[in-house]
Amino acid sequence: AASKTPRHPVLKKRDDFEDVLEERRRSSDLRYALRCYTPTLYKGLVPCKASMLKTIVLQSDHLQYVIKQVSSESGDSTECVAEEASLILDEMAHRLQLSTIRFFAFTLSKAFKRLFRSVCVNEEGIQRLQQAVQEHPVVLLPSHRSYMDFLMMSYLLYMYDLPLPVIAAGMDFMSMKFVGEMLRMSGAFFIRRSFGGDKLYWAVFSEYVKTMLRNGYAPVEFFLEGTRSRTCKSLTPKTGLLNIVMEPFFKGALFDVNLVPVSISYERILEESLYARELLGVPKPKESTSGLLKARRVLSEDYGSMHVYFGHPVSLRSLAEGKINRSQYNLLPRYIPQKPRVDTHEFLNDAAFRLVRIQEENMVLKPWVLIATLLLQNPDGLELSFLTEQTDWLRHLALAFGAFLDWPDHEACSEVISCSLALHRHLLSVSAGHVQLNVTDAPQVETTPEEAVFHRAVVVLSCASYRNQILHVFLRPALLAVAMQSANSNRKDDVYNCFNFLRNMFSNEFILCPGDSIQDFEEACYLLMKHGVLQVLEHEIVMSASGHSTLAFLCSVLDPFLQGYQVVCRYLCEETNENLTEKDFIPAVRSFALKLILAGRLKCCEALSSDLQKNALAALLRLKAVRKVKVGDQVTLKVNKIAVNSLEDTLGKSNVNQNSWCSSMAMLK
Amino acid sequence: MASNSSSSTAQQRLRIIAGHLQKRPEDEHPSVAAQECKAETSRSNPSSATPVPKRRQEIMKWNGWGYSDSRFLFNKKGQAEFTGKRYRLSGLILPSLKDWFEGTFGANLQHKSPATPTVNLSAVAPPDLNEPFVEDLKAAGVAMSHDPEDRVFRAHGHCLHEIFALREGRIGRVPDMVVWPSCHKDVEKIVELACKHNVCLIPYGGGTSVSSALECPREETRSIVSLDTSQMNRILWIDEKNLTAHVEAGIIGQDLERQLNECGYCTGHEPDSMEFSSLGGWVATRASGMKKNIYGNIEELVVHIKMVTPRGVIEKSCLGPRMSTGPDIHHFILGSEGTLGVVTEVTLKIRPIPEYQKYGSVVFPNFQQGVACLREVARQRCAPASIRLMDNEQFQFGHALKPQVSSIFTSFLDGLKKFYITKFKGFDPHHLCVATLLFEGDRGKVLQHEKQVYDIAAKFGGLAAGEDNGQRGYMLTFVIAYLRDLGMDYYVIGESFETSVPWDRVLDLCRNVKERIVRECKERGVQFPPLSTCRVTQTYDAGACVYFYFAFNYRGLSDPVHVYEQVEHAAREEILANGGSLSHHHGVGKLRKEWMKESVSSVGLGMLKSVKEYVDPQNVFGNRNLL
Repeated sequence: AASKTPRHPVLKKRDDFEDVLEERRRSSDLRYALRCYTPTLYKGLVPCKASMLKTIVLQSDHLQYVIKQVSSESGDSTECVAEEASLILDEMAHRLQLSTIRFFAFTLSKAFKRLFRSVCVNEEGIQRLQQAVQEHPVVLLPSHRSYMDFLMMSYLLYMYDLPLPVIAAGMDFMSMKFVGEMLRMSGAFFIRRSFGGDKLYWAVFSEYVKTMLRNGYAPVEFFLEGTRSRTCKSLTPKTGLLNIVMEPFFKGALFDVNLVPVSISYERILEESLYARELLGVPKPKESTSGLLKARRVLSEDYGSMHVYFGHPVSLRSLAEGKINRSQYNLLPRYIPQKPRVDTHEFLNDAAFRLVRIQEENMVLKPWVLIATLLLQNPDGLELSFLTEQTDWLRHLALAFGAFLDWPDHEACSEVISCSLALHRHLLSVSAGHVQLNVTDAPQVETTPEEAVFHRAVVVLSCASYRNQILHVFLRPALLAVAMQSANSNRKDDVYNCFNFLRNMFSNEFILCPGDSIQDFEEACYLLMKHGVLQVLEHEIVMSASGHSTLAFLCSVLDPFLQGYQVVCRYLCEETNENLTEKDFIPAVRSFALKLILAGRLKCCEALSSDLQKNALAALLRLKAVRKVKVGDQVTLKVNKIAVNSLEDTLGKSNVNQNSWCSSMAMLK
Repeated sequence: MASNSSSSTAQQRLRIIAGHLQKRPEDEHPSVAAQECKAETSRSNPSSATPVPKRRQEIMKWNGWGYSDSRFLFNKKGQAEFTGKRYRLSGLILPSLKDWFEGTFGANLQHKSPATPTVNLSAVAPPDLNEPFVEDLKAAGVAMSHDPEDRVFRAHGHCLHEIFALREGRIGRVPDMVVWPSCHKDVEKIVELACKHNVCLIPYGGGTSVSSALECPREETRSIVSLDTSQMNRILWIDEKNLTAHVEAGIIGQDLERQLNECGYCTGHEPDSMEFSSLGGWVATRASGMKKNIYGNIEELVVHIKMVTPRGVIEKSCLGPRMSTGPDIHHFILGSEGTLGVVTEVTLKIRPIPEYQKYGSVVFPNFQQGVACLREVARQRCAPASIRLMDNEQFQFGHALKPQVSSIFTSFLDGLKKFYITKFKGFDPHHLCVATLLFEGDRGKVLQHEKQVYDIAAKFGGLAAGEDNGQRGYMLTFVIAYLRDLGMDYYVIGESFETSVPWDRVLDLCRNVKERIVRECKERGVQFPPLSTCRVTQTYDAGACVYFYFAFNYRGLSDPVHVYEQVEHAAREEILANGGSLSHHHGVGKLRKEWMKESVSSVGLGMLKSVKEYVDPQNVFGNRNLL
């Protein structure tokens, strides 16, 4: 059942939260860190020490097979290749130690109490996890917004006497000398960011993960999104690791695997402005211990509350029922690695998307998310009273669409809003009852126009990262709203075609399960119909008299993306360099967008976001409007200008109409 | 295994059967003319030559397993006992069975679900006879009957749903008449007439099918004739030079073995059903015997097969031990499940009776270790006549069948053994499992062989656990079918099924199938966790045969048989998904037909169909098994 998109997301029942810091504020952290830890264990556990794990992996049939294969291909002796495998494993393997965990339990208790007002966890989810851990090997799939994520995960699992996970982490951490080793001892294992064709590396890595899973050694934790989302939008999931953890089930080595999506949301993200700068092309600071120490400044700030929601365990067996024919593995010895077949690949992809959608649905949204959405749509700011009124309106809309909103029950709306504004005061200016994004910094000496735009963009992108958290709630209705405007017709078929076009265009930008087009359309229709915005007849979709403002709002939600994609398209059409390399693409679009902004032809700062630019390029590549051509060791982009131009036109149509609509909304106000 | 125990048991059984027969002087076909073999060597009453009477219901249950005089019951004191005198267990009290039964199934002796005591003859549809066929058959002098009891008896095998329906007094489509050919010529005549008058023939041997193979197809509109081979039961000759015997295919296992024993020989073919199943049935289903490691499975035992088909008789022209003459025509016959014709005579390999037999058992700390040991034994190709590995649940089940201990000393000894294994050796009683062994051959070699196997077992943490445990393990296999009847008296239904699987998948398959059964039962509203247990019963070079028992308490279910079938279906799906075969030796019948294409590819199925098309275009052998 978990594999199906809920048709009526509104009816979703969610668990209540408990603040885990409350107890920490009352009792000794030291005693807590040293307390007796007796985790619930998997019933099929094959007890084994970390050191034994290495032997099991190196002696596995699978690895032995690949070692022989690599040896015969490369001409190196098998001993030599085996030695290499052993080194890879040393570099990779975790060394989970309870003492390190206790150290973290102590220090993190201190840190979390300083950083957060509360850390809220759904305890029913914990109970479900306790059950799941005993029955089948567990894979924990948290969302990834911050470095805090996996520290918090292990911290919570320790707190609730659950087995500590082993965590797939990027190699970049290893450059942080001391911290890397600390993380290793708290259960992190390290994988290189890219090892494309390296058979041996892949074999060691996949066997390592599979062995831990099969033996029930520990829950395996990794991030479906692959990396931290800099935009707070969920990222298109990666399927590599998912394939590895599913394979033992496909091949019959496990009866089932419990996949547990976990949604971690922050009222204020620690890396907020860092991310915005990164999106604008300031390179991500290399992870270093000294950098982390500088980040101590972070500790003195207030990051509001944090929510961790443990979703229902998804049984891989039920997910794969009728989709994976496990007997396909009958005719080949199981230790011989096989590339996933087309249908397996489709299944992996589909499962990954569904799991990310579950993460999205269980992500707790704070009132600030609504406010940020409204502030971005009104760059000139709003009167506080109007903002309050609008936020309240938006709150009801969001709830009607099934948003998981954490709105304080017994507080006046204005109170809630002023609280949120206070927490995020560095992003805004409030003066004389007028609230505005802090886009016009006090003019500093020798600020170039470029720098001014850059400053504005940092604030806008920071703010957008909050709005992005609620996009998944509005996404489908918003696509429908835009589709209705650009279709210039009430015919359901026409609207659906437009909807499908937009959905296709944006499927690298948002989480849209491949093949779910009709379902998504129906969901959008259902939500808007239920909210009285539309009437959906047999062949027609008609806007209700009272639907204008909602539709206008929904269109504005997608507006930055429509504009951003158009900028990318226009750039590609106007670019004359035949040898545009993939590497140069982002800086070139950025400077193109910057020029438009400086010339006053573009208002939307979000077009500067490298994330959006990358996604747009991916979409164009997917739609075959742009091709990659390898020239020497450079990858250049070949643009089909006619195709790109026509895509831009179609996007423009959606946008122009929408602008007229926005003005109609302005009139209504 | 009734007849593998000792010759005294066999003799005892013989006397009982003879007794039954003597009570029936009205039998139309008394003893068959003495064969040379019997005339020379038989020391018993010659009437023992026809142990399976035409009216089988007079010595066997019409709605359950085996002999009418042998059954489990809970006596007034609530103790389990096994009635009759035929088996080692007969007349004994089994003190721990009740607790195991109630504990395992959540059953209660107060809650009974008794069977209908007698056949409700009015529920049997009147026979739809093909009169011209009957007339011609009469003229040919073939014995026949359309007595409802005879017909009901041959309308089923021993699938759970078949027995469950009979116990409830429900009777479906039954054959319209039964014919008893007494020799190959009779069969030729019957098949010829069946073709001529277009009647449907269903060959019937021992009636022990567990694949719905004997069920009359509902869609069959012709008159259905059950062809009972039981009267074709003679050993026609024994060739001591070549060690072969030529035998009529209707003979049942225990008679074949006993009669050969009397001449100093055996076939060594001992399927669990050998008390009742017939030689022809073994050939038609590709049967497997417990001691196949020494003697081979049926396909390795047969030298020559004669089968009557609608196209005529199929057989090879010589008794050469192997030939290269295109695809082996025996393999069209082996496993044809009565769809192509009737096997009438078979030439089998025979062996001198082994000088020495010894049971044994090994306890392992867990099932994984046990499987690893069996795998090693297979790798070294030193498997004893039989080696079987029971999982923990089955080990406990076996223990529940321990008869009352006669002396304090034995019980003290048992306690000591248990202490040694669980406390001293640290075996977890909830994980340990036991392998049962049977060695055969000359004494010296058996002892040597035994040592070799125990040495291997020791490497996998196995501890020798005595002959007694071994023998009890084998006893379980022949009383299990009787036990099912007991379960059915108390709301417990169950069945066994089997598969074969490569070595590296044995553990995964066992675990996944057992767990699937538990999960499916839960999902379908079964109130108590089911008994879901398995054992590895045969080892091969490249894999093993795995046998599952599955039973549950069905109180509170409105359609228990349907639930049972759904779970069994799911379990089979799980087997196939884990690299197991559709069947190792039970066959396909109608129960597993749906998976045939998947199992043998559509080309494979097409090949089989084209053979059927050629051999039996009229579908005279219309049991609709397999294809």
